Amino acid sequence: MATKAFQKIYTKITQITKATCSLKAANVGNEELATVDGNLAQVVKIIGDEVTLQVFGGTEGLRTNAEVVFMGKAPSLRVGDQLSGRFFNAFGDPIDGGPVPEGNEVEIGGPSVNPVRRKQPSELIATGIAGIDLNNTLVSGQKIPFFADPDQPYNQVMANVALRAKTDKIILGGMGLTNDDYLYFKNIFSNAGVLDHIISFVNTTENPPVERLLIPDMALTAAEYFAVEKNEKVLVLLTDMTLYADALSIVSNRMDQIPSKDSMPGSLYSDLAKIYEKAVQFPDGGSITIIAVTTLSGGDITHAIPDNTGYITEGQLFLRRDTDVGKVIVDPFRSLSRLKQLVIGKKTREDHPQLMNAAVRLFADAANAKTKLENGFDLSDYDERCLDFAKEYSSQILAIDVNIDTTEMLDTTWKILAAHFRVEELNIKQDLVNKYMPKVS
Amino acid sequence: MSTKGIVKGIISNLVIVEVDGPVSQNEICYILSKEARLMAEVIKVVGPQAYVQVFESTRGLKVGFEVEFSDHMLEVQLGPGLLSRNLDGLQNDLDKMEGVFLRSGEYTSPLNTEQLWDFKPLAKAGDKVQAADWLGETQENLQPHKIMVPFVLEGLYTVKSIVEKGSYTLKDTIAVLLDVQGNEIPVTMVQRWPVKKALKAYKEKPRPFRLLETGVRIIDIANPIVEGGTGFIPGPFGTGKTVLQHAISKQAEADIVIMAACGERANEVVEIFTEFPELEDPHTGRKLMERTIIVANTSNMPVAAREASVYTAMTIAEYYRSMGLKVLLMADSTSRWAQALREMSNRLEELPGQDAFPMDLSAIIAGFYGRAGYVILNNGQTGSITFIGTVSPAGGNLKEPVTEGTKKAARCFFALEQARADSKRYPAINPIESYSKYIEYPEFEEYIQKTVSDEWIPMVNEMKTLLQRGKEVQEQINILGDDGVPLDYHITYWKSEVIDFVILQQDAFDKIDALCPIERQQYMLKKVMGITRLDFGFDNFTEIMDYFKKVINILRQMNYSEFESDKFKEFEKQLEELLKERITQKNQG
Ligand SMILES: Nc1ncnc2c1ncn2[C@@H]1O[C@H](COP(=O)(O)OP(=O)(O)O)[C@@H](O)[C@H]1O
Ligand SMILES: [Mg+2]
Repeated sequence: MATKAFQKIYTKITQITKATCSLKAANVGNEELATVDGNLAQVVKIIGDEVTLQVFGGTEGLRTNAEVVFMGKAPSLRVGDQLSGRFFNAFGDPIDGGPVPEGNEVEIGGPSVNPVRRKQPSELIATGIAGIDLNNTLVSGQKIPFFADPDQPYNQVMANVALRAKTDKIILGGMGLTNDDYLYFKNIFSNAGVLDHIISFVNTTENPPVERLLIPDMALTAAEYFAVEKNEKVLVLLTDMTLYADALSIVSNRMDQIPSKDSMPGSLYSDLAKIYEKAVQFPDGGSITIIAVTTLSGGDITHAIPDNTGYITEGQLFLRRDTDVGKVIVDPFRSLSRLKQLVIGKKTREDHPQLMNAAVRLFADAANAKTKLENGFDLSDYDERCLDFAKEYSSQILAIDVNIDTTEMLDTTWKILAAHFRVEELNIKQDLVNKYMPKVS
Repeated sequence: MSTKGIVKGIISNLVIVEVDGPVSQNEICYILSKEARLMAEVIKVVGPQAYVQVFESTRGLKVGFEVEFSDHMLEVQLGPGLLSRNLDGLQNDLDKMEGVFLRSGEYTSPLNTEQLWDFKPLAKAGDKVQAADWLGETQENLQPHKIMVPFVLEGLYTVKSIVEKGSYTLKDTIAVLLDVQGNEIPVTMVQRWPVKKALKAYKEKPRPFRLLETGVRIIDIANPIVEGGTGFIPGPFGTGKTVLQHAISKQAEADIVIMAACGERANEVVEIFTEFPELEDPHTGRKLMERTIIVANTSNMPVAAREASVYTAMTIAEYYRSMGLKVLLMADSTSRWAQALREMSNRLEELPGQDAFPMDLSAIIAGFYGRAGYVILNNGQTGSITFIGTVSPAGGNLKEPVTEGTKKAARCFFALEQARADSKRYPAINPIESYSKYIEYPEFEEYIQKTVSDEWIPMVNEMKTLLQRGKEVQEQINILGDDGVPLDYHITYWKSEVIDFVILQQDAFDKIDALCPIERQQYMLKKVMGITRLDFGFDNFTEIMDYFKKVINILRQMNYSEFESDKFKEFEKQLEELLKERITQKNQG
């Protein structure tokens, strides 16, 4: 970042902490960018003539006489069609050796969409994964994270979803990605021959953690360009938002804020909401859908990060290994798509809502039967049937390696149900039973 | 001359302003940046420094910017034309704003000053009047809308003149009042009121007692709320808080419904303004949107305005209550408002209370819930604000300050439970833990006896006892095994399941089941309780389960069918047949 000739250079830092430094300076705007010995920093506090900067790369080795230059603008990105197919770092600088793209410079983390200018989402996103399409149907304009332990294949599932969803652009926001995962995404997108409509903003484990804080806003600023200016359907992938939140807590704790639950800043909810609420369906056809990853520790969803996320997003997709069938499944109990009712039974077959609920309820009965078994009780005939059902349902429907269309998912579910249960055990509307339940011979 | 100031410091949306004159706590001021006037509220004063919370993004703000103080607190405009509006937390009309994105410093009036309203006087020259007395009436969305003596006027006034029946705009003077000194006070159809002050221009606030029908069975039957009552819905994310509030807002027997979307999802607001213009109010047949006002400060809108949004909504509710109307106010979620308070309290470096919330959180919550209620107006008419708030406890743990503070303030507790939601038993209100204090009010009991029936309350109590018993029995079965308990236990358990599946559970997304008027509730409750009183004979527990599943299935089919339709009666007949199969001689005796 070249400094312009007329800019004033400050060289007297008065205070340095692990993530911030302070100096006396005049005419500085809140949230303005600066460079500190060439490293990027952002104004986070101004008291009188004392300005505090958050230094993205950390303050290790920072000298009190470092050269500080204020850039007169908040972090920004040049948006335009030339973004397509490119890889950038957290500051929006190319990391693929290509030229700096041309376009209008816009500040990232810009204003929110007026709620009355939104349209109700209504377009189903088909992924082929029945644990998603059948039980937790996704809709364009939705925001939804995968909740998964670090050992689950969430990035693979997410990449599959992204490639199967019919969208105009995929924007990857990688935060604390391992180099291997970064290369995985790069390969899978290039093998699928879709690199030209993918844009990536990447912060790897090798980059300073505080830089991550810019990634979601960079990705979403690019997304807004394509969704608003070009009326495109944009899918934004954010992985891993837990590492984003960790970076937030590093900064806020170093700014002496009172931490709330799990040493997260009290503003965590608002900070995350600002990102996720960028998901939107516009009346002119453009949309931003956000699929994120929130890694859990030991499956604990009461931790402040997944907890606040769950309160913000429109559901969550919970991955877990089902040891009975030896496969990773989309857990039907803890997973939820809050927008599914906008499409199921409307864009899909009429029996979808009731059938889905019936199967999940019986899967819950199977879980109870399993507990009974583990506690050494005899199983009833019903319990046995539930357990048999659960195995088939888990491997043919819930497993993440399933790839079929929605009608086939419905037919398969009916088939499994009919093989194990009687009509009155299903609690499904009689009309639907008559029309769709296969007769078992 | 009003006070001016200069920006001296910026910490996120907290700005420190050095002032040149007097300021008051909660006074509104405007920070003049290059592009816009940013609205802010004084929240602390130390010597010549006022600490203000800015209702907008503070990006680009600089030390040295000028500030103008307004001499008043945060106010709303009250007049005809508020119904069907989509407002933000500061009462700006969102539809009047230009462009796709919200712009800092754009403020739009919720009312239309050009529109003509048909005005009919209710008072006449010479009448003695006081604040909130009705001077006249206009029609808003075909509902009578009272034009009142401004709430800010204290003491007694005389009507000097009042205009004749006719069409007037909001700018026109419709009456002139005289105070005791003989000063003339012109009155228009619009007035202003500071949102943080409770509007108390009524005669008295007796205990509420009239059932407010919500159409949600588990509320109306098991935990009824009353006109002017208060309730809250705590629950982990995804357990159904918002769906339940929306269900209530669609069916409740209220004249005016105000939805305060406080720090939650924008798409949930979109759902309301997409669906409500199409859906009908089941009580009047008019479109739902005609009786609805949305106050939206969604989670991505400025945090400081979140706190304002609930007060804005409450003040509008108080305005309509003063007209003698039944107002239902819902806020989703009050926890977001508490979090906004917490963020600011931390920035002010106040001594933190539990979980870093402000020390006086409980008192703030209680003060807010206290503004709801059933009132007798000065003219003897009645009006009410029923308030239902949701609470989003961190980690789903109800032992946290917002839930505990709210529990002290609200009279109904609708506890949503993760386990019930996981097993799709919606609405996931825990039937044992939840309560309504109104059931204990003798005046409520009397009202129910008069308007519903004598048997209602005893039947509800019988139902609750059976649910409790069913739960105990289930725990025993879990410990001792299916074979380890007598068959009677299984029968009791399954009878309680019939109540759960048929009365308590209700599908908010099924056109028919979603709406259950009180007559239908009464019919089904009688039917179900009738079944639970029957004596059945079985040989083993699997028979019991199989049999009751059939019973439940038929009753659910009835819930899904139009009330008293042929299909409904057909299922009812099937049920009678099925019951005959298993009831013992004892029942005939
Ligand atoms: N009464 C109900 N009937 C059917 N489904 C429901 C009901 N209540 C909640 N749900 C389901 O639960 C989901 C979450 O409900 P919501 O009200 O958004 O939860 P919360 O506001 O508590 O986070 C809904 O999207 C819906 O799928
Ligand atoms: Mg909600």
